[in-house]
Amino acid sequence: MAALLGRELRVALKAGSGALMGVLFFLAVVTVFPFAIGPDLNQLGRLGPAILWIGALLASLLGLDRLFALDREDGSLDVLVLEAHPLMATVIAKCLAHWLVSGLPLILATPLFGVMLNVPPLGIAAVMATLAAGTPAITFIGAAAAATAAALPRGGLLVAVLTLPLTIPVLIFGITATNGALFDPDPFTAPFLILLALTLFSAVLGPLAAALMLRHSAE
Amino acid sequence: MRFEADTLSVNRGLRRVVQDVSFSLGEGEVLTVTGANGAGKSTLLRALCGLLPLAAGRLRLAGLGEGEDDPLIFREHLHYLGPQNAMKAALSIRENLAFWRDFSGGSDGLEIEQALRAVELPHVADLPFSYLSTGMRRRVAICRLLVSKKPVWIVDEPTSGLDRSASELFAGLCRAHCADGGILVAATHLPLGLGKAQTLAMETLFTVFEGDAFFDGEEA
Amino acid sequence: MNQDTQTLSPAPSWWMRLANPTRFMTFADRVIPWLAGLAAIVAAVGLWLGFSAPEDYQQGATVLIMFLHVPAAWLAMMCYSVMSLSALGTLVWRHPLADVSLRAAAPIGAAFTLLALVTGSLWGKPMWGTWWVWDARLTSVLVLLIIYLGLIALARAIEDPVQAAKPLAIMTLVGFINIPIIKFSVDWWNTLHQPASVSRFARPAMDAAFLYPLLVMALAYTLFFFTLHIMNMRNEILARRIRVLKLRQAGR
Repeated sequence: MAALLGRELRVALKAGSGALMGVLFFLAVVTVFPFAIGPDLNQLGRLGPAILWIGALLASLLGLDRLFALDREDGSLDVLVLEAHPLMATVIAKCLAHWLVSGLPLILATPLFGVMLNVPPLGIAAVMATLAAGTPAITFIGAAAAATAAALPRGGLLVAVLTLPLTIPVLIFGITATNGALFDPDPFTAPFLILLALTLFSAVLGPLAAALMLRHSAE
Repeated sequence: MRFEADTLSVNRGLRRVVQDVSFSLGEGEVLTVTGANGAGKSTLLRALCGLLPLAAGRLRLAGLGEGEDDPLIFREHLHYLGPQNAMKAALSIRENLAFWRDFSGGSDGLEIEQALRAVELPHVADLPFSYLSTGMRRRVAICRLLVSKKPVWIVDEPTSGLDRSASELFAGLCRAHCADGGILVAATHLPLGLGKAQTLAMETLFTVFEGDAFFDGEEA
Repeated sequence: MNQDTQTLSPAPSWWMRLANPTRFMTFADRVIPWLAGLAAIVAAVGLWLGFSAPEDYQQGATVLIMFLHVPAAWLAMMCYSVMSLSALGTLVWRHPLADVSLRAAAPIGAAFTLLALVTGSLWGKPMWGTWWVWDARLTSVLVLLIIYLGLIALARAIEDPVQAAKPLAIMTLVGFINIPIIKFSVDWWNTLHQPASVSRFARPAMDAAFLYPLLVMALAYTLFFFTLHIMNMRNEILARRIRVLKLRQAGR
């Protein structure tokens, strides 16, 4: 598995664009929002966490369709499926690698974008914490959809359509926890723990479904 | 160790592509699968690897003990070389081969340098895969079968993109594999120059499931 | 796989007997007129009961929309359960018609969900003074609609229906497991944001004068659903037979 993780990371970093593209898209989304809602810093500060979360959500959906499609194109997927490892472990390793190169940079970019949106430091910290807890769930859920769509033309759109409704809980608890940290009466711990629970749950369900899908549909 | 198939049938969607294929291969034996385009050679080979479900029949890698009847279990003892090369273009040859060696957990195969020498590409180890020509890429893909050792090779059009001398080279590797007690199933248009090979000539089927039997791809 | 069918065949329950498409077609032809007739009669009774119900002291005549709206929402959920059962049928029991049933149910479920949303919106206008509120129920149903449409898109994206069966079944089950979570989170989100305007919606107990027509209408909707479902399954089987004929023609 370490070998797979290493290979995935090397491929992503060599091909380069993958990780940076997500951050670039994140930046573009964040930039578009002030044009839509006006440059008023107070308002932006209030909406900032939400903007950051939506940007990160969309950006992490961006590369998901390639999770298995690329391996399928060059024939690696067949060989990966063939080997002795539990398919679910293979899927988890791929998800982990994908998150490291596409999810983690988003979190690292959050402070910069947060400052641009006038989000207070505490809010930025909260957004980073909730993103770190929540974005893996998006990758895991998306893996199931990505496995389905690996063989399809225009699979990318389908992955987004299938994944987005399932990530609504992640978004809800991510934002709720962030607001809980910022505004006093709201709780932070409870929604944050639920967010963690969602991620753990997705880490089982998503790879399980993806492995089942890869096993059955390697046609 | 014997690789046996008993009246295999394979469907693709609503169509039956492979019908009643049987063979039995002992150590050192070769099966060449021939047939026109679309005759179902690739489908059969994928089914042998457990990549496609069998609609009927049994597949056995005898001598394995537990799991010898289940392609989903015994397929880890197969090397499958598909029409694609299963190499990442951005990585170097060495990285690609080292990954497959580590991932399949085999350390009893050839060293990467040795394997590359066997396909007469000793100088490319540190170049990115994308720099190679089609024929060289195929030869590197063949190297994957050498760096980790497995008893059964299932190769689909192994010599596509290879010139005459490289094909000869591959035939030599296959002979070595068989001499070592390996089993080989190859789908190819070209004669590989292998001795004592069984041949399975496949014909294009246009069987579509009749009436009631077509739903799950199983006979009702 | 073949062994499965063989071990199953000695005891052909009606369930497995229906697995044979030809037998299913005969069954469908016989059952559909009865189901349809029954659905029409029950719907007529339900509507008559509904219209003769007293006006609600708060909502006035608009309460009548409830008899169309609430059963549609129930059916939207029931249909997804039918689809999930069918998905299990495909993956676990390998029932040959399960995949046909799943495919046939998806558009019907989407239609009921849309009906629930539209009637809910029509009800909302006089109640809340706006066509749409981000109320927990409406929002959950909207998400359900998106899931339905996503599954339909997936079904249509894979050209061969037999090859689409397993991916579709797996995604349906993933959705099924996630729907309670989505419902729970939307409820949570709603309690944080919702002003009191909807709370009068939650009545402690429903008056019998409203409850009976509602239940009768729910029964009518259910019968109607099964009529449509069996009809659509019949269509799906015919479509596959046509496909078979075309494939055979291509092979000639």
